[in-house]
Amino acid sequence: MHIPDGYLSPETCAVLYAAAAPFWVVALRRIKRLLNTRMVPLLSVFAAFSFVIMMFNIPLPGGTTGHAIGVGIAAVVLGPWGSMLAISVALLIQALFFGDGGITAFGANSFNMAIVGSLVATAVYRVVGRGAEITATRRVAAAGLAGYAAINAAAFLASIEFGIQPLLFHDASGAPLYAPYPLAIAIPAMMIGHLTIAGIAELIAAGGVVAYLQRSNPSLLKFTAPDAPELDSTRVRTPRSMRPLWIGLAALMILTPLGLLAAGTAWGEWSANDLADPAAREHITTVSQGQAPPSAPPEGLARLSEIWTAPIPDYAPAFLSSPAVGYVLSAMFGSGLVILVTTFVGWLFGRRREKLTTTTPIE
Amino acid sequence: MNKTTSAKSRRHSGTFVERTLTGLVRKTERALFAEEIARADGLLQRLDPRVKIVGLLSLVVTVTLSRNLFTILSVFALGVILAVLSKVPVRELALRIWLSALFFTGAIAVPVLFITAGEPLLRIPLIGWTITAQGLTSALYLTSRVEATATLSILLVLCTSWSSVLKGLRVLHVPVVFVVILGMTYRYIFVILETARDMFEARRSRLVGRLDGRERRHIAAGSIGVLLTKSFYLHHEVFLAMQSRGFRGEVYVLDEFAMHSRDWLALAGFAVLVGAAVWLGRQESLQTLLNLS
Repeated sequence: MHIPDGYLSPETCAVLYAAAAPFWVVALRRIKRLLNTRMVPLLSVFAAFSFVIMMFNIPLPGGTTGHAIGVGIAAVVLGPWGSMLAISVALLIQALFFGDGGITAFGANSFNMAIVGSLVATAVYRVVGRGAEITATRRVAAAGLAGYAAINAAAFLASIEFGIQPLLFHDASGAPLYAPYPLAIAIPAMMIGHLTIAGIAELIAAGGVVAYLQRSNPSLLKFTAPDAPELDSTRVRTPRSMRPLWIGLAALMILTPLGLLAAGTAWGEWSANDLADPAAREHITTVSQGQAPPSAPPEGLARLSEIWTAPIPDYAPAFLSSPAVGYVLSAMFGSGLVILVTTFVGWLFGRRREKLTTTTPIE
Repeated sequence: MNKTTSAKSRRHSGTFVERTLTGLVRKTERALFAEEIARADGLLQRLDPRVKIVGLLSLVVTVTLSRNLFTILSVFALGVILAVLSKVPVRELALRIWLSALFFTGAIAVPVLFITAGEPLLRIPLIGWTITAQGLTSALYLTSRVEATATLSILLVLCTSWSSVLKGLRVLHVPVVFVVILGMTYRYIFVILETARDMFEARRSRLVGRLDGRERRHIAAGSIGVLLTKSFYLHHEVFLAMQSRGFRGEVYVLDEFAMHSRDWLALAGFAVLVGAAVWLGRQESLQTLLNLS
């Protein structure tokens, strides 16, 4: 999700730098007041830790692996302000020294992942984990969901930033100057990958680390959970199943208000039918600064729309009249499909390996 | 344990532990490669870091500002010339930067060729899809911009030692405390990278049985947890070490840079190039030169 240079217009980059700046200032002030002389070493080491975490391959269900940003872990351990500073520093080092993410887009990347990500993660962790003991399973679920929600919020913001580029910036001939896909493509394209692979990687990383710290070093979790009841050291905690986490994930998918912003037809995304419909033609003319659309659909468009009828046209099954419901269902269906396919492929490969080994003679 | 089981376990446990290990090693190598080039005696290496930061970053901004392909490609060519004059191996640049950017952004840009409305340019035989002039232009905008900006920003770190880059950031009014945090972060990245590498190597050498998905996730999350705990101890030790040397919360950076006449000359050169590129980039008439629409 690290946006490189060249995908966003300088105007968008400037706006996002300006949006990120006050958060950096406030975060720096708060952390300085809280930690005083300890701030510099703590932020440095934690930023370095976040940087290294971004390179870990997290094994996902189905046999694939994914990368986590670590914003869920950072927010749970450091709180929102420390987390946004540490992740921003890690992102800046990535952009400056390793070419991951652009320098002009650093403001955008920080705003999406470090700032909004940390705030969302903190909010989810506080709400879900409220009042739970430090060693409660609910805290594991809360951290996992916090990571999942944070990464998806960040991806959603990035997809909106991509999606508005072709609406606002094109050259004289009409060719988009920066990221070329409109909202209706950018949002699903970004979200499907993040609701599944990247989201689950973040969920496993954050939830798993909290579960580990509960067993080995619960004091590290106390900073962001001052309301947690005192630890009962005599009680032995048995590891419980991760089922609540998966249920929470399913609930989150249902609640995702994905694509609601993109309801209606985006500029330049007219179908062949729209060009024939008088009402739609009038709408196109008004939004195109008085330029009337061609009377007949271009040959290429007509041909394309014949060849490629997507299984889910306009991301909504025909029998659903409400575009919002259809959109959310399509998103869930899309994410479910990806999970299903990866699980199936993983199972297939697992079976093949088993077959291979059973047919080999055992010495 | 029989032979087949051990072969199987190697394959299975290998996947994520080994992939992570390779990633960690590659990151370290890349940083070492950069430090090596930064010590070479080339054009950019001889300049004051502040001039390089201001000059190269301004060129990156002009690439994103430009509204025609001619300017973007010219600045890209300028980046390549600067790389050659600074003894950056072009082969390495092509493999590490250009190819990876081309694969990533190129893959993203392919559908644009067909879905952008505009004048038809070429019809692919058999499937009958039409490439539009606007689609092709848009795909070229995206890829050339990404290539040009990636080249310029990598030149900065390849031709400057990291400590100078960080100190040079002061000219962009980055607060001193951030510069110090960035410097320490960069330093401790390698400490933590090494710790992580040792952990994964130790884990790999002890793995013989087959791990199922649940166990693999446990190991991954556990490793992150251990690393987090170690990082906390590390920060505490660093803090005590700083305190014992008199650290009271205020940070200072030694400003040892001095501008020589060639730095002023280079700054003027960058100013002229950036000015010319900004002016050229605004000329929509230049589109006819390279644009296909």
